[in-house]
Amino acid sequence: MDHRPQAWGRPRDDVYGAYDASYLQTNGPKTATQSPIVTGTSVIAIKFKDGVVMAADNLASYGSLARFTDVKRLRPFLSTSIVGFGGDVSDMQFLDRHLNELAIDEAYEHESTATTDTDSPSKTGQLNAANLHKYLSKLMYRRRSDFDPLWNQVLVAGFDAHAKPFLASVDLRGTTFTSPSLATGFGAMLAQPIMRRFAATEEDAAALTREQAVDVVKECMKVLFYRDARSLDRYSIAVVTKDGVELSEDEQLEKQSWAFAERIRGYGTQVV
Amino acid sequence: MAAMFSQNPLMNGPNYSVNDAPRVNAPEGAREHRFDPYTDNGGSTLAIAGAEFAVMAGDTRLTSGYSINSRHHPKLFKIGGTTADQKDATIVLSVVGFAADGEALKEKLDAVCKMYRHRHGKPMSVKACAQRLSTILYQKRFFPYYAHAILGGLDEEGKGAVYSYDPVGSYEREQCRAGGAAASLIMPFLDNQVNFKNQHIPNSGEGHALQERERRPLTRNEVEVLVKDAFDGAVERHIEVGDGLQMMVITKDGIEEVLLPLKKD
Amino acid sequence: MFRNNYDNDSVTFSPQGRIFQVEYAAEAVKQGSVVVGIASKTHAVLVAIKRNAEELSSYQKKLFPIDEHVGIAIAGLTSDARVLSNFMKQQCLGHRLTYGRNMPVRTLVDMIGSKAQINTQHYGKRPYGVGLLVAGVDEQGPHLFEFQPSGMTEEMVAFAIGARSQMARTYLEKNIDKFADCGREELVRHGLRALKESLVQDRELTVDNTSVGVAGAVKVDDGSTKVEPFQVYDQQDVAAWIESVADDKEGGAGAGEGEGEGEGEGMEVDS
Repeated sequence: MDHRPQAWGRPRDDVYGAYDASYLQTNGPKTATQSPIVTGTSVIAIKFKDGVVMAADNLASYGSLARFTDVKRLRPFLSTSIVGFGGDVSDMQFLDRHLNELAIDEAYEHESTATTDTDSPSKTGQLNAANLHKYLSKLMYRRRSDFDPLWNQVLVAGFDAHAKPFLASVDLRGTTFTSPSLATGFGAMLAQPIMRRFAATEEDAAALTREQAVDVVKECMKVLFYRDARSLDRYSIAVVTKDGVELSEDEQLEKQSWAFAERIRGYGTQVV
Repeated sequence: MAAMFSQNPLMNGPNYSVNDAPRVNAPEGAREHRFDPYTDNGGSTLAIAGAEFAVMAGDTRLTSGYSINSRHHPKLFKIGGTTADQKDATIVLSVVGFAADGEALKEKLDAVCKMYRHRHGKPMSVKACAQRLSTILYQKRFFPYYAHAILGGLDEEGKGAVYSYDPVGSYEREQCRAGGAAASLIMPFLDNQVNFKNQHIPNSGEGHALQERERRPLTRNEVEVLVKDAFDGAVERHIEVGDGLQMMVITKDGIEEVLLPLKKD
Repeated sequence: MFRNNYDNDSVTFSPQGRIFQVEYAAEAVKQGSVVVGIASKTHAVLVAIKRNAEELSSYQKKLFPIDEHVGIAIAGLTSDARVLSNFMKQQCLGHRLTYGRNMPVRTLVDMIGSKAQINTQHYGKRPYGVGLLVAGVDEQGPHLFEFQPSGMTEEMVAFAIGARSQMARTYLEKNIDKFADCGREELVRHGLRALKESLVQDRELTVDNTSVGVAGAVKVDDGSTKVEPFQVYDQQDVAAWIESVADDKEGGAGAGEGEGEGEGEGMEVDS
């Protein structure tokens, strides 16, 4: 008989064998997203006089493999805002489901009061793009602080509380910033300089027309397709204005010219 | 032989550029965490306390690596006002380092100040706010806010007060402090120009007999010029500093905010 | 002596389908001094009569700011109101932190509604002994809500709760059509007139016993709304308003029957 207090009330080792505590051990790293797997490349967006234009191609890559060629990476929210996702596609889909829930909750919350104002797509009081961006930034920051990041860089476009065009970014670490034009991934190197020529400041952006903004974005998508190896010539483009979101998810890059490729030397088989 | 097939994603998983590749030397089964929760978003801040004012300043560039993410991202925040627009605030916090942590720190401190006002029916003093900020930072001692914070305001006697912090909460009240990417460029300039370090009275003697120039508090105008000079210098020599200069002057009449252009290159 | 067997807890129905504890809690609201709230298209106001327990004591506060856009007026147990007010402050702060906007007033009121309802369905709990008028502005404009210890919440154009509040309600009912287009000052005056109706015979509105709270949302040219933060006015700040309703007979005394409860009976209410 074992008389030690720590043995009281426990199964006796000599009858039941020593307790195997090994499966209770929790040492060793906790597993979470450690790197992106299936990824989307750049998202680009630019503000104009009365709204924002955003675009992203329809490709989801598995490493260097062009794995899925019909993936929609722009997502409307409450038909008043647009969210564009770069980075991990599964995390994007998680966020998409999460934003759906949020939108439904928000719609219920304002159901009883949503009566008159039918001329505007935004029911007054519903989350605007600025609110949504704030929320997403808190979500992303929380996940990074838990060491379980959502491996995305996200652009949010729409309007703020003062009904001014709104464009902002949040990344997997919860870093947020705004600018008249924004681009994620390769777009930050290739598209952002082009867009900044047209909208270096908020005043410049406020002078741009919708047509100009769309043209700039399409031009940038072309440059990205030329130079970004993980890109595609089918893309989605969204224009968000006070009248709501116009989203086209099956655009084809037009007027491509690969003539410049002739003059490139020093890559691949072409040595001289 | 294996090297020949290493480009096949179906066999080895996706391919990454060299330094992005997952490390495989992790302990049994589980891979090692390689997510780095921090980045440095560059930028620089500066604070100078005067006799009856305090000046806080920071550039408005936000970088990651060689990219400029935004040309207008303020690093100065008014703290502890009654409303969201902080119209009646009396304290300014500047944060530089990892922008997301800076933002989180600011919101935490502001929420604390708001609850203080609810509970006590009066605004927080700078001294109390400074102590509380230290506690907030220290509470995350083992997963720190990666930010260099400076707090500015007016003390109980109406004198300018500047408190500077390290990322884990040790703090000190100072006459002036520079923080962030160009701190090492600006701080020596401040030592010389604000505290008159290494300034001597000409021909007052040789060696130890040489007399130091007498210290005097700077006027508000002198300080504002000094701040602009400090940042113009930093912009010239540091790639992460530039675009815009945000300056807040705290006086007994409230907080005045000025935005000046800096070089955008 | 008659003894009611169904009022020992708030989880047992009486055979008539009543929950006495909840009804008693509603009585506690009627012990508190009267508060009035009115909402127009641009403003929401709260006005209240403060009581002092004795000549030498100070007056108990009746209006409390919750967040920059919301305030409450209380009638009933002040300490219970403080619990609710703290909860509301926390929720508003949290909402502002996560979404960067004013919490919609309805959302906020629904939260205290659910919180109070829980107390009416769990053994060992006690309903809040306080009624609230919640006034605030959000993106849909000004709102006024009533909250009762039962957990009932309802949006109101104008309302009054507390001792002898029926008189005030009668005044409000008579003038209901005027409120929507009232300006800020006129709305406060309507509130004070309603308040006067509920006063006992020889008492008057004074700068000591009157509180006024106002929140506003005025549309500006660019389509956005400019929020006038909720602010409480006391003492000399209400003198002009009191003066302006001093001897007008507009509205007249309603045919209110009044509940005629005695003032403060043993229970520690917000005297």
